Amino acid sequence: MAAKRLNMRKRYEALTRGMGWETTHQPMDKVFPYDTYEGIKIKDWDKWEDPFRLAVDSYWKYQAEKDKKLYAIMDSFAQNNGQLNLSDARYINAMKLFIQGVTPLEYGAHRHYAHLGRHFRGEGARVACQMQSIDELRHAQTQIHTLSHYNKHFNGMHDPWHMSDRVWYLSVPKSYFEDAMTGGPFEFITSVSFAFEYVLTNLLFVPFMSGAAFNGDQATVTFGFSAQSDESRHMTLGLEIIKFMVEQHEDNLPIVQRFIDKHFWRAYRVLGLVAMMQDYMLPNSPMSWKAAWDIYFTENCSALFDDLGRYGLRMPKYHEVATAEAEHLSHQVWATFYNYGHAAAFHTWMPDVKKMDWLSEKYPNTFDEYYRPRFETFREMEAAGERHYINGLPQLCQVCQIPMVFTDVLNDPTMVSRRVSIHNNSKYHTCGDGCRDIFEFEPEKYIQAWLPVHQIYQGNCGGSEVSEVLDWYNFQPEDGGEYVGSADHQRWQEWKGTAESVSDDRTQAHAS
Amino acid sequence: MSIDISAKAIPPIRQTYAHVARRIGEGKPGSRYQEATFDLQATTNFHYRPLWDKDHDIYDTGRTGIEMQDWYAFKDPRQFYYSAYTAARAKQQEIADTNFSFVEKRGLLQAIPVEAQRIVREIFIPLRHVEWGANMNNCAITDCGYGTAITQVSTFNSMDRLGIAQYLTRISLILEQNETTGLDAAKQDWLERDIWQDLRHVVEDTFVLEDWFETMVAQNIVMDGLLYPLIYQHLVDELLASGITVMPLLTQFMSEWYAETERWTNTLIKVTAAESDANKTLLSKWASHWNDRISDALVGIANDALDKNGEATVKQVSHELMQRLQKQGV
Repeated sequence: MAAKRLNMRKRYEALTRGMGWETTHQPMDKVFPYDTYEGIKIKDWDKWEDPFRLAVDSYWKYQAEKDKKLYAIMDSFAQNNGQLNLSDARYINAMKLFIQGVTPLEYGAHRHYAHLGRHFRGEGARVACQMQSIDELRHAQTQIHTLSHYNKHFNGMHDPWHMSDRVWYLSVPKSYFEDAMTGGPFEFITSVSFAFEYVLTNLLFVPFMSGAAFNGDQATVTFGFSAQSDESRHMTLGLEIIKFMVEQHEDNLPIVQRFIDKHFWRAYRVLGLVAMMQDYMLPNSPMSWKAAWDIYFTENCSALFDDLGRYGLRMPKYHEVATAEAEHLSHQVWATFYNYGHAAAFHTWMPDVKKMDWLSEKYPNTFDEYYRPRFETFREMEAAGERHYINGLPQLCQVCQIPMVFTDVLNDPTMVSRRVSIHNNSKYHTCGDGCRDIFEFEPEKYIQAWLPVHQIYQGNCGGSEVSEVLDWYNFQPEDGGEYVGSADHQRWQEWKGTAESVSDDRTQAHAS
Repeated sequence: MSIDISAKAIPPIRQTYAHVARRIGEGKPGSRYQEATFDLQATTNFHYRPLWDKDHDIYDTGRTGIEMQDWYAFKDPRQFYYSAYTAARAKQQEIADTNFSFVEKRGLLQAIPVEAQRIVREIFIPLRHVEWGANMNNCAITDCGYGTAITQVSTFNSMDRLGIAQYLTRISLILEQNETTGLDAAKQDWLERDIWQDLRHVVEDTFVLEDWFETMVAQNIVMDGLLYPLIYQHLVDELLASGITVMPLLTQFMSEWYAETERWTNTLIKVTAAESDANKTLLSKWASHWNDRISDALVGIANDALDKNGEATVKQVSHELMQRLQKQGV
């Protein structure tokens, strides 16, 4: 008798469900101690629909095929000095920011999805989280390997892990991610799988990858697209978890909404770095931050939340502030880094005339009025040999840890936005309503923050002089400051000068 | 005459990342394994204490009694990072897939004698719950462990154990002609049948260990060090001796996997034991405690599977495990 056929869904269920059991020698609440204290109530974990449906052996097979191609391209990129095809060496500063600020988050995601992969009570949810955990390790490692070649030819990428744990601007992504990791498992998955990977992912991924494509960075385009097929699985997980939580119990709705509000805002603040990258660091910009925000947030997310409305979920709180800020964000962040460029492990510069005109065109309501005059002054100072730097240390927001540079765009874009909360007779400063609300909901959490500026003043960062702090960061003198005249810039000019003779050599070899 | 047609060499300004150079020496190129492993985990300046563990930092050396000067002293002898790992497993799964298709197509599993079928149903298939437990324990190590050198190994191991559970599931599906009744019956056995209850007790106890390195020893060193030789060596050999060639085919992945796994568990024990007498004492204590408990728990299963030789075989594999650990300094 021929065996009956098992459809894919049934087969997948047999492969991933039914292996767990109700423990009797140890109480279930001791085996799974973390999945109830946030107040999320799950009545039936079996209702979880696994979004991945990939058995382990297929996973090995597909992923190995993808990696084989990816590493072949990496090798050939290095062998052929692919960096010579970049639009300009300024571009590589975006990748410095990437390996310093984003790759450590991929690693953190890897470790913490393993936490969820162990601690969710539902088998399906655990398997999904484990798959994502190992994918995130892949992303961290393929990024390190891809950027390894650039590290051999450019400055600022040489010590990303050391920097990630210490450098002032890198505490912005680090504290965001640690905020999620130190929350409960449902908060973490809402934060990373939904707020970050579903709602905002296109504002991280598309700018970096299309930026890479527009600027001749074949290596990054390749790992980006290779990672994208994993990401599409992760996005599905993000949507699934949200629906699952709100469908399981009506009490979950307000908790989930609060997670979404908080983590939308936390992640959005981190994306300020992407905004400046997109508008200022890319020599060829495929799209402005504002245009990306309009499409990927305003349009796509309105549609998403229309759909989620039937569950009672609404758009994240303060999304209208983020939308209003879209016309200012990149300019304010870039100006800050330009001013503190001597204390960053990537280069900064003032946009040239062509770029300024592009910014005027993309930001007709704000650039000429608020930012061009300042930037033209900086250019004049630079021309006069007085490149502008600020030597004092800025005040940081207690929550997002960005210097308090954002302005009150809804009322007066020339006034710095500032909120003060009192907790146990101490004053805590935040950069706006979004961060203030987050602080006030969990003040005991945020007063713990390792604020780089406070730490420097307390003498915990190598010394009181800027140069001592930079040593403690393991910065080299050639890592930061003005791009024009930098070691990267000089080498780039040498390469482009000799690029001709490279092809000459090749021609001669053929001829002989 | 050789013609150099490569592009003109551009001398690099450094050979690898600084954190790799600090470990291997300046001026040397870092291997892919080294770049993918060293120092990836954050070590300091954590912003907030976990709500789920207020006594520790996110990553904290205090989650185990084992102490290491350098948590990157252990190096995986296989040099597995993600890509090397998936490439190795992709090759193995291809062979497994061929074996499974062959067995299924020819109806080889249905053709074995009734007693051998009983052993497949009542011994091999319930083991998928042990694998599931191993998957959870390795996840716990990735969660609480310290340093990428160790936590990436446990990550790969979690996937392997889920993969092995899925191979066992497929064996049942083949035997039962795609009915899931065999899986249900095996779960019932796991939960109720006498011979499994001591082992289930052990597995449940490993779920609540507070020291992740003890989880490592209990699961990856002792449990696997006893169970894999017992089942995938002795039992499979005995089946083979009675003419059952199909089980070596269907468990080839498991036996090769275990041979490979022993290489890194040996190195791990050797490196941690060599670090200090305190480590050695702790490792010995854990190894002997879990060896006693798990050996005892396996006797009933072994007696059922290996007829009269069961208890003696458990003694033998337990003795071999202790000898193996002794060689690594424990």
